[in-house]
Amino acid sequence: MLLRSGIFIAAFLCSLSSYAASGLKGVELRDLYFGEVLFYAYQDKYFEALERLDSELIQYYRVDESNLDPLSLNLGQAEFSVGDIELQYRMDKRAGKAIQAVLGRGIDLATRNLAALDLARMYFRKNDAERALYALDLIHDEVDMTKYPDKSVEDLRGVEPENFKVDVLYLRALAYISTGQFSNAVDILDSLRNEASIKGYVLYNLGIALIQAQQELPGLEVLDELGRLETRDKALLALKDKVNLKIAYRLLDSANAEQARLYFQRIRLDGPYSNQALLGAGWAEAALDRYDRALVPWTILHKREKTNHSVQEALMAVPYAYGKLQAYGKSANMYAEAMDMYVYEISRLDDSIKAIRGGKFLEALVDEETGQDENWVVNLRELPDAPETRYMLDLLASSDFQTSYNNYRDLADLKIRIETWLADLKVFEEIIDIRRAYQEPLLPIVGDRFEKIDARAKLRLEQRNSLAGKIKNILIAPRPDFLATADERLALDRITAFEHYIAEYPAKVTDDQVYRVKRLRGVLSWRLQSEYDQRLTDAYNHLLSLDETTKAFKKQYSSFIRTRQAATQSYEGYQPVIRRLRTGLLAAQRKLKGVMAKQGRFLETMAENELDRRRKRLEDYQIKARFALAENYDRVSGADQDKLIEEQNQLREERLKQLELEKEARKTEEKAPSAGDSLDKDSSILNNIPSN
Amino acid sequence: MKIKYINKILLVITLVALSAVPFLAKAAEVTQEQIKGLDEQVQDIKQDVLELTTELSLLEEKLLFPSNTQVSLFVSLYSGKKFVLDAMQIKLNDKVVAKHLYTFKELEALRLGGVQRIYTGNINTGDHSLIASFLGRDASGEQFKGEADFTVNKAVGPKFVEIKITGGDSADQTISFQDW
Repeated sequence: MLLRSGIFIAAFLCSLSSYAASGLKGVELRDLYFGEVLFYAYQDKYFEALERLDSELIQYYRVDESNLDPLSLNLGQAEFSVGDIELQYRMDKRAGKAIQAVLGRGIDLATRNLAALDLARMYFRKNDAERALYALDLIHDEVDMTKYPDKSVEDLRGVEPENFKVDVLYLRALAYISTGQFSNAVDILDSLRNEASIKGYVLYNLGIALIQAQQELPGLEVLDELGRLETRDKALLALKDKVNLKIAYRLLDSANAEQARLYFQRIRLDGPYSNQALLGAGWAEAALDRYDRALVPWTILHKREKTNHSVQEALMAVPYAYGKLQAYGKSANMYAEAMDMYVYEISRLDDSIKAIRGGKFLEALVDEETGQDENWVVNLRELPDAPETRYMLDLLASSDFQTSYNNYRDLADLKIRIETWLADLKVFEEIIDIRRAYQEPLLPIVGDRFEKIDARAKLRLEQRNSLAGKIKNILIAPRPDFLATADERLALDRITAFEHYIAEYPAKVTDDQVYRVKRLRGVLSWRLQSEYDQRLTDAYNHLLSLDETTKAFKKQYSSFIRTRQAATQSYEGYQPVIRRLRTGLLAAQRKLKGVMAKQGRFLETMAENELDRRRKRLEDYQIKARFALAENYDRVSGADQDKLIEEQNQLREERLKQLELEKEARKTEEKAPSAGDSLDKDSSILNNIPSN
Repeated sequence: MKIKYINKILLVITLVALSAVPFLAKAAEVTQEQIKGLDEQVQDIKQDVLELTTELSLLEEKLLFPSNTQVSLFVSLYSGKKFVLDAMQIKLNDKVVAKHLYTFKELEALRLGGVQRIYTGNINTGDHSLIASFLGRDASGEQFKGEADFTVNKAVGPKFVEIKITGGDSADQTISFQDW
């Protein structure tokens, strides 16, 4: 069957990738570190984004009062982003778990639905359409108010992304096709026919679904509609060309060459399918015995890049047409030219296979410059000693190769990360050793001094508390003597001693002395009583001032404690962690080495098999050309034969020289952008490569 | 003797033939199951390395930027689509601590709402002068500069300051600061 399932799967992925909506778009920022996660995610640096997001979430769940962490305001998006970014980083297994976790926890219906759609997309990409349908069934329209009665309907509903419903329907239709439910797919796709953003893809898949549902005629009509679609979109133009090409070949195969011509004519001459179209157009004319007309497209094709399969077939088709037009000399010359070209291309294929076996292909794949932009296939070609990628364009665009290529590049990136961390761990240990050597001798000295200061500080603080207590008591029960100065207190003590003496030995003192003692007591009491209020105010103010000093002291004290703790923590307790992490890194490194080697072998095998396949095809052409050439010799007379052989020998020598020159100059030439068909072909392939 | 000689020749021929086999033999096909199986192994490694990297980053931060001295400065962009931020320079206490030239992807990420951590370092508690300056282009492609200063008051905990560039498509860009 011409319209095989493999054809439309490519269109699915193409349309899906261009149609995918990310849950990360339009996030309202409430946490700087989450903003940093987005900064990396938006640059497609998914590892960096995931690493930061994981760190943030770990820290968030570790702290006691996580509601005070600003991340709590972005928590929903952060948890949703885990699965989203993991999907982008091709960690489907973990992404599935993360998305399912959001499905279970998310309180906002739009977020939950988006998670379910992401999950469905992930399953579909993994060729698990049954599960994709199951995930799509998790999407609901109604808000469940019973679980969150305190929330408003708007909060629980959330904001549904634009085109969400169309995305869901379209994916459901694709999943139906994959599971053989073509009638269901037709119903959905028919309802989406007017969706401008996906119109071409809808028509393509609708046409396929109809044909698969045994409605061949309506299916072909839909494909015909796509084939006539007015568009400027490059991807759609390519899809349009593809459909026209498939219909044209189908008609050609069913001996309807006249009709086929019309479809071949719809295909652009500078599009990715132009070579196949030119070849087919020639065969359509040939089928109608119009070899002179067949020569027109075939001659155009004949001049194009010789690595293209259609061009290689045209090398045989042109002399075939000349043969049919009885121009045997010209035909023989062109068969000979084709043979030389096949020899040359086979030798290039052999060189490419050797380059792959010499590890050059893998080296080129992980070259830093290669993967910098979308034109990596072109970049790859420009690297020295890299195999000829023009022969592998279909392979390079295939899903299997893409998965393996991306995995290999990811592994190469992880390898560098592990090596960097292992080197960093050594530096960390050095930092810790330097800190230990500096801090360890100092800390006991500082500790001794601190203990002394600490004892004095405690004493002073006790004194302050005692004074504060006294002042508080005085306020309730006034005690002027408590506010006496040191001199006054000494004087009071002496007066009290005198009074005791007078009381004990009244005969030994004079009246005047008794009077003086009483007067002194009176003077002091007067002073204490009369100055009491002022003294109390002063004492209170002094206490406040002392509190200021105490506060500054306590701050300094806490700062010292923290600094001392930080000094100890700057080198203590790291070794077990570093040891554990180093063991983990080394184990991961060992595991990675094995898997990377295996992945590399897969890539090499795929590339080698592809080149081998192309080589065998060229060998077949070579044999056919040889027979055709011999046939042409038979058709010309003896004298003409000798002349023809001589002429061919001369031409052959010239061609071989030319090919040698071309071989030498090829590397230099390829540094400049290739023109015409080959680049078109490349860019179309790049368009078809899924972005993740 | 002759037989031995012939045997030797045969052995050499066999070895040459064997050595040629790998080149002639077609490599085995890679099946979808093999690709899928390996893909799962790759995912396991990614998970392992991610977990380790997360722990290592936390360790690095704890070791190099303890929370009591840590200061982090972030750049965010709230400008019109046609304003192009070319470069940023950050001075902390009159010393240039960060300079950054923006790539197209970085600028796009900032425009979409991403926040760039431009500097992480250590300072003691107290006040520190911060001067942020930028170089940019307006819609017509004309270059201009902008600068603003701020006092970073560092307390006991880690300090985060957001440097916001706000404006339209033209030279009306302003820098403001937000303490987090």
